[in-house]
Amino acid sequence: MRTPKLIGWLCLLPALAATPSAADQESVVSMLSQNRISITANFDGSEVFVFGAVKREAPAPDDSEMEVIITLTGPLEPVLVRRKKKILGVWVNADTVEVDAAPSFYAVAANKPLNQIVSNVEDIFKDISVNQLIRSVGAPQHIEDSPEFTKALIRIRESKGLYSTEPIPITVSDDTLFGAHFAMPANLVEGEYLARIFLVRNKSVVSEHSNKIDVQKVGLERWIYSEAHNHAFTYGLLCVLIAGLTGWAASAIFRRVG
Amino acid sequence: MQVYLPIAEVSVNAFLLLGLGGIVGLLSGMFGVGGGFLMTPMLFLIGIPAAVAVATEANQIMAASISGALAHYRRKSVDLQMGAYLLAGGIAGAAAGVQLFALMKEIGQIDLMVRLCYVVFLGVVGSLMFVESMRAILRTKRKTAYRRKLHQHSWIHGLPMKVKFRTSGLYISAIPALIIGACVGVLAAIMGVGGGFIMVPAMIYILGMPTKVVVGTSLFQIVFVTAFTTVMHATTNQTVDLALAFLLFVGGVIGAQVGTRIGGRMRAEQLRILLAILVLAVCTKLALDLVLQPSELFSLERV
Repeated sequence: MRTPKLIGWLCLLPALAATPSAADQESVVSMLSQNRISITANFDGSEVFVFGAVKREAPAPDDSEMEVIITLTGPLEPVLVRRKKKILGVWVNADTVEVDAAPSFYAVAANKPLNQIVSNVEDIFKDISVNQLIRSVGAPQHIEDSPEFTKALIRIRESKGLYSTEPIPITVSDDTLFGAHFAMPANLVEGEYLARIFLVRNKSVVSEHSNKIDVQKVGLERWIYSEAHNHAFTYGLLCVLIAGLTGWAASAIFRRVG
Repeated sequence: MQVYLPIAEVSVNAFLLLGLGGIVGLLSGMFGVGGGFLMTPMLFLIGIPAAVAVATEANQIMAASISGALAHYRRKSVDLQMGAYLLAGGIAGAAAGVQLFALMKEIGQIDLMVRLCYVVFLGVVGSLMFVESMRAILRTKRKTAYRRKLHQHSWIHGLPMKVKFRTSGLYISAIPALIIGACVGVLAAIMGVGGGFIMVPAMIYILGMPTKVVVGTSLFQIVFVTAFTTVMHATTNQTVDLALAFLLFVGGVIGAQVGTRIGGRMRAEQLRILLAILVLAVCTKLALDLVLQPSELFSLERV
């Protein structure tokens, strides 16, 4: 029952703000179905619904079409991209390019291919497409085809469900309300994810808004991960202790049974 | 039921892991081998990173070997003194192996190194086992008795640092035991195997130990070397996944107990020929992966 009410209020908004002094200003607000994703022991991916509305000070201009782009990006981190070559009959990692920063997750929602909605300049300026988010300062001298490495990075992450460069459809109602479902796979990296919403007219961004999602391992997963990294030695001893106990218990049980 | 493995950072079906642990445990119980040399490649095949597979498998072998080691200890079929020398060598070897592992991981060749080692070892061990068990089958058919010399004097007896090993009834140099132990330690660290398949023949043919103490002493050494390797991997490479290890422990120990009971009813030569075929099949799969052009030439590594 909440959504129709929300629509009702939002329909009132343009009317309320219809003072002549207001320019044809539009701004966008948004929310997420969840602000926190917990990676638990049986985590098998998650779905996030990004939704929002366009706030208007004046009636929507009719000279241009309104478009909405939503991107969902994971934390930026450096990645090594390696390429295999056949050496002595065996495929060996031969060339390495370090990409200085690449989003660990990227998905985009829009109703048309990005280049039809937004200009190149605006894309570069606002870091909308995944190509703009990947920063590679320089490959070693002997590698001439470094763009291939960036392409491979996108291709591999797409195959793992971490990147989706093909836009997911957005539902837009009354040029005001919009929403899109994002599926996130199980192999997520921890950190702060960002949902960014861009309101676009005439190929340039009129307004933008962003929301954060905190992705964290919790419970046993969190504990194992942090112990393994922060108290490596005691964690190692614990692994040994558990292995010892399991092995001993098994032999004790089966001796009684057998 | 999917489980998210916190260190491997992949989501895997829990029953797949339990089942895998069970099947490898079953085989190890049937054939009297540790099973690491089968489990680690299986983990590669289901998508666990090689570094995590190797380190976690060292941990799993410890759990799998401990019940056998305890049983032998109760029966007093462990040469503790020889075990101590093998262990000293093993710890030195494992320490070196973990450093080598960290270095290869650093330069991005860890997958290649681990897989190459597997192809070589599985190939050699599988072929030897196959030939040996074929011969044994032919021999039993001809019914000609074949006798090996009980005690052979070789170059081993000329080495210095002689020690009296009471349980084994040997008076030989400690150097070969240290070297054998060290080789096994290196293998444990870089391949995630117990090394029993190398150590047992080495103890019989090189050290000349009596067969009745060989398996127990080998298990004794394996328990401590894999325990040490686990701690070293945990501190140096942070690649031991406790959740993965635990699922494998549970599957493995159950499988091993069932396997021991089945193994007792089958004939040794037939068992060994089956195992040899299995080992060669895994070896072929890994070798083809290295030689055939992969569908994706690029790979990613988070820094």
